[in-house]
Order: sequence, then C-alpha cells, then structure tokens
Amino acid sequence: MSVKTPSRLEKVLADGYFAVTTECGPPRGSDLGEITRKAEYVKDHVDAVNVTDNQTSVTRLCSLACCIHLKQMGLEPVLQMVTRDRNRIALQSDILGAAGFDIHNILCLSGDHQSFGDSAQGQNVHDLDSMQLLQTVRRMRDEGTFLGGDTINRPPEMFTGAAANPFADPFEIRVPRLAKKVAAGAEFIQTQCIYNLDKFEEWMKGIRDRGLHEQVAILAGLTPFKSAGMARFMKNKVPGMDVPDDVVKRMADQPKEKQPEEGIKICIESMQRLKEVEGVSGFHIMAIEWEQKVPELVEGAGLHPRPGA
Amino acid sequence: MIVAEQKPIQEIIEEIRGDHSVLILGCNECVTVCEAGGKKEVAVLASALRMHFMQQGEQKQIEERTLERQCDQEYLEELRDDIDRYDSVLSLACGAGIQFTAEKYHATPVYPGVNTKFIGVTEERGYWTERCQACGQCVLAQTGGICPVSRCAKRLFNGPCGGSTQGKCEINPELDCAWQLIIDRLKSLNQLEAYEVLAPIKDWSTDRDGGPRNVVREDVES
Ligand code: SF4
Ligand code: SF4
Repeated sequence: MSVKTPSRLEKVLADGYFAVTTECGPPRGSDLGEITRKAEYVKDHVDAVNVTDNQTSVTRLCSLACCIHLKQMGLEPVLQMVTRDRNRIALQSDILGAAGFDIHNILCLSGDHQSFGDSAQGQNVHDLDSMQLLQTVRRMRDEGTFLGGDTINRPPEMFTGAAANPFADPFEIRVPRLAKKVAAGAEFIQTQCIYNLDKFEEWMKGIRDRGLHEQVAILAGLTPFKSAGMARFMKNKVPGMDVPDDVVKRMADQPKEKQPEEGIKICIESMQRLKEVEGVSGFHIMAIEWEQKVPELVEGAGLHPRPGA
Repeated sequence: MIVAEQKPIQEIIEEIRGDHSVLILGCNECVTVCEAGGKKEVAVLASALRMHFMQQGEQKQIEERTLERQCDQEYLEELRDDIDRYDSVLSLACGAGIQFTAEKYHATPVYPGVNTKFIGVTEERGYWTERCQACGQCVLAQTGGICPVSRCAKRLFNGPCGGSTQGKCEINPELDCAWQLIIDRLKSLNQLEAYEVLAPIKDWSTDRDGGPRNVVREDVES
C-alpha cells in the first residue's frame, strides 16, 4: 500500500503492522503540563495520540494547541475536530493551522450535543456534518482547494479518519454508514469502545462482505474499566454504548481492590481476540484519565515494541 | 402552523405594569389552533389580569379583541380608529404578528404575550411538535419526507450520529431520532439504497445565515 501523506500512522498501517493509537483529553485550564505528563506515559507504546476536541461538550484547552505541543515533544498527534462548534470558515482555518505545524492526522466528528456539557445554553453550529468534514479535508488535501474553490498554497497533508459506532442504532445501517464514510474520504476508522465482541465481529463480517476492510484501516476502540461502577455507568448512562451483562458481572464479582486489574485483563483479552479478526488493522486505546496503564495494555496484547521505535 | 405558548402571567404583568389602558389582541390563525392566542385565550388572560390588578387595588382598563390575522395589513387596519385609546397592546399573535402590529402603530407600545416556538403540528390536543425551520431549500425529497434540519438535534444531513439509541435521540430518551425515522421511512418506501447517497454540503445562505429573507413574486404583485 502506498502512502499519500507523511503520517507515521499511515506508514505503520501501510507497512502491514497493527497500529496502536491512544487519546489524551486536554485540561480544563491552561496547564500544558498535564498533557506533557500523559504524553510521557504513552510515548513509546503508541504510533499516534488523538487529542479530543471539547469532548462531551465540556470546555477545555483546544485540541489544536495540544496537538502542536505533542508534536513539539516528538509524538504524532491526531487532531480531533467536531463540527459542533465551528462553521466551515473556522474548520478550514484550523485545518490549515494544524497543517502549518505539520500535523498529519485528523479525525472528523460531529461531536456530542452541547446539552451534555458545561454550555447547554450555547448554540451548536453543524454547518457541515462529519461526512462533509471528511470531504472537506480530502478536497483541501487532494485538490488543494478550499470549499469556496480558491487554491490553497501548501495544502494540508493529512491522513483522514472518522469514527464509527458499530453498536448504535439502527444496526442494519451500521455497515452502509461506514461505506458512506469511506466514500466521503475516510482512510482510517477508530471505533467506539468495544465490550460486545460478538456484535463487533458481526459488524466486521458485514464490513468484509462489502470489501470495505480493504479500503479503510479499522482500529478497534477499547477502554479498560477501572471499576464495576464505571462498567455500570457506561452501560446505563452513555448513549450508543453496548456493555453486555456478563462483562459487568465479571467486574462486579471481583472485590473492589481487584477490579482495576480485572478491567485491564478484560481489555487485553479483547485485543488478543480482536487481533484474529480479519479486517482489524489496529487498536485505539481510550484509557480515560488512566493513561499510565497504556504501556501495560499494549505490552499485554503483544503489540510492543512499536515499529520504527 | 406557527406554534406559540403563552408567557407566564408574571412576565405579562411586568410588561404592562405602567399602563392604564391595555388592549389584549388575539389572532384567529395559528395561535388559535395551538390555543395560545385566539379569542378564547384572550378572554381567559383578560379576566386573569383584571382579577390580579383588582386584588392589587390598581385601576386598569383591560380590553379584548381578536383580529382575523395580525400578519396582514388589511386586518390590522381595523384597529386604526381605536388604537389611540390604549396605552399599550399586548399581542398574543406569533412573533411576526406582534411585530407587524407594532410596525403599523408607531406611537403605541406592542408587547409580546406569547413565546413563539416553532413551525409544527398538533400531534394530539395539547401536544405540538416541530417539523420545519424554514431553511429555504427543502430537502424532504431526499430524506423520506422527514426533516433533518428541524428534527435532528445536530441537523445532520448524513446521520444518524453514534448516539442514536433504540430509535431515540442522544439528547433525550423521549425524543425520536430523526435519522431512525428517515431510515424506517426509506425502508417502507423501498428506497433504503438512497441512504448511501452522500448529502452534499448545504448552502445555508437560504437559511437565516443569509440575512433576513423575503419573497418577491412579480406575478402576484398589485
Ligand atoms: S428541509 Fe428546510 S424547508 Fe424542508 S422541512 Fe426541513 S427546514 Fe423546512
Ligand atoms: S441521535 Fe439522531 S436525532 Fe439525535 S442528534 Fe443523533 S442523529 Fe440526530
């Protein structure tokens, strides 16, 4: 597979390795030290680090600034960008800002509704949706033009990704929906956290039946549970999340002090099983405020050392 | 129709506090249908206000009137001879009617008695829901007749988002996910393949983003 951008993530995938990415949530303040600390934990164990964009609609330090910071530390950032907060002028402008600092990966999202966060009374923009943002990035990169048609001097060189939730409803359009994202220009996919492996495998079969796994790199999303309480919360409170009862039970059956360990174990076992699924090209580990566990997870899944490290 | 809801009485009382003679002005169209500002609501509000001010020992002249439409010059003209008798008008029409009344009678303050909510339908008596945001370029032909602008919380043109759960929207388990409705409808129309057509980037200049809008029809101009 030939690469189209200088992205390290793209190269790892093109060279036929399982890719490993993780994510860092920016701080709710201006202390970049928090990002530095999280980056230090993961830097030798992943190929790239996503920086979330005001996730769950809670106002935070901006994704782009954190990406620049990671880049300057020598890590490979993935700029997450939601269409909730910016119109097409701001989106294209921020893409150029990222390109100016040679940020070579972008993940295009619509974003959680603002009612979940600290600004429920604010407006949402949604001038574009996530698929249209994908098209925008690809157009800026491949044609070197703005949406308005003018030529871009030094166009962005970005490996372009999207999210997919194999578990959201309606299930029957989950595969067509991915096909649509691929048609819109997605080159890699990071999925929602996978706890229901059977359902994920069913989705992957649908992906393979349409040959989509040959057109897009699918990184399976994982989040280790820290506790049974967290498992229950994810099951009951997070929209679009599918946590089977037996997984919750497995966590709850452990005494409290053993639960974190069990969460890590479940996560590693999941990765081991998913490595065998044809069409899974890597893993996206979202260890929410538990970044120090990423090395253990990556090593446990037999994904260390990283290629080229 | 345009759906409106009467403001809390306390807010209305504040609006007219300084006025002695007030006309409560209803409208016979949408606000009558959604039971917010028709003749009946004018009467009920008028008696509530009379009662309130009487209890406060305040002398106020509260009168009632309901026009055929407040968004029409012709019907607004009917007020011409009487308007000077009032210190203010409390209009129960939609935002358009309230403004048109105010535009017509410059010297009289016109206050809103309702909050104008949306363009919608009566699902059943006492329950109205939104259907259209007047985006100016209707896409219903592509979306199985269901509007993604007004009915999807993120106005996605290529939905659903990852938050759609059991047919409901991520923001509220009571609210139908517009994209679930679109998919169901495409299915019953045997058009599910239409789902895979990417919706192009929308031209929002026909929406409010293009500035205040107007429609000019030379063929019907007088
Ligand atoms: S697409 Fe636009 S015009 Fe059509 S129903 Fe929706 S908001 Fe109204
Ligand atoms: S759940 Fe459905 S209606 Fe709600 S924002 Fe997502 S796509 Fe739109």
